[in-house]
Amino acid sequence: MTEYLIKPRDLNGHPPPLAPDYRSTHSRAPQHARLHYAPTMTEMTGPVFGHNMLGPNDDDLIVNYADAEKSAIGPRIIVHGTLRDEDGRPIVGKLIEVWQANAGGRYRHKKDGYFAPLDENFGGCGRCITGADGGYSFRTILPGAYPWPNGGNDWRPAHIHFSVFGDGFAQRLITQMYFEGDPHIALCPIVQSIPDPAAIDRLIARLDMENTVPMDIRAYRFDIVLRGRSSTFFENQKEGS
Amino acid sequence: MADFKESASQTAGPYVHIGCVPSFAGLTGMYGGRDPGAKLIDGDVAGQRIALTGCVYDGSGDAVTDALIEIWQAAPDGTFAAKGFHGWGRQPSAADTGCFAFETLKPGAMNGLAPHILVWIVARGINLGLMTRIYFPDEDNTADPVFALAGARAQTMLARATDAGYHIDIHLQGPNETVFFDV
Repeated sequence: MTEYLIKPRDLNGHPPPLAPDYRSTHSRAPQHARLHYAPTMTEMTGPVFGHNMLGPNDDDLIVNYADAEKSAIGPRIIVHGTLRDEDGRPIVGKLIEVWQANAGGRYRHKKDGYFAPLDENFGGCGRCITGADGGYSFRTILPGAYPWPNGGNDWRPAHIHFSVFGDGFAQRLITQMYFEGDPHIALCPIVQSIPDPAAIDRLIARLDMENTVPMDIRAYRFDIVLRGRSSTFFENQKEGS
Repeated sequence: MADFKESASQTAGPYVHIGCVPSFAGLTGMYGGRDPGAKLIDGDVAGQRIALTGCVYDGSGDAVTDALIEIWQAAPDGTFAAKGFHGWGRQPSAADTGCFAFETLKPGAMNGLAPHILVWIVARGINLGLMTRIYFPDEDNTADPVFALAGARAQTMLARATDAGYHIDIHLQGPNETVFFDV
């Protein structure tokens, strides 16, 4: 358990609760604004996960659901980057969980009935814990784009879902990573619910030839940032009281 | 500093279970068959065991059957470092009812805060995780600053007692909309 002061969240850097072009938000977006309070001990602390929770292939989606000697179908990729806070400090020893569709755009989930077949050697789930430099890395296959019910001809860009823990629960974040050059990014109502183009750009992983392994696997780089620590927390409190 | 801004949130989507509660999604054997956060109590720790149940509803009053709910709370002694108690739990809402259940311990009070449980909800159609708190009907919550901040809407955070513990209904939208926080 750790605790520290956490900067206020810039809500303008996130999609608003109600995004008219993303139909599922219509009945699920709260109508009241969120009420703000400065983090208490409850929000400044959070769960701790140890490396001993990890299995040997938790970070390798190419093989972690495959039969012995088999591997998942699809273009092989490494996804890696660093987890930092808004002050640039590495966030160390924190759990990152990922999930994704297979190369055909099909999820291994009972509610997904898309035409593309399941890959018997691909589960689509993985996790890792950030290292001493905040770094993380996992191996997977490039997920496929897929259509989804949103009232029109809507296709999700290829993406990987990320669930990220920080030091305090106030930093808890779920997001999605996209791939450089995907034309669906500009067309997707979920992506475009983010009002700031620069914030969208930061969710797009870049092809990383430096870490691409010749004749083996390409690398994509995706850096993740969680809320920073605040040195002005107490000053703000004084001003407000 | 300007180079680092918090990554934008995106919805967890309808298949959040694959990554967060894989056994529930049907990925049997993943992570040794143990979905993270399934067990809060991991030892012989003193305190009142409670079943914490709840149901999630949308603005139409329909059950939200694809949500993921996480809780984070103090131990009965009011600390976040009690042996044998993780303080963190994660459960899906049920695919038929939209309801969830945690086996946990009733948290203790701390530093002027009434006993409470932090709740975080993600799902398809939720663009940024929704944070609220649960308070207890058999505690004095009036001096708690977060409870007071919510005014009349604080009632939406107040659990009701059940035979085995407490129950909370969470309304994402509508006349009984739960109070959500930007913390």
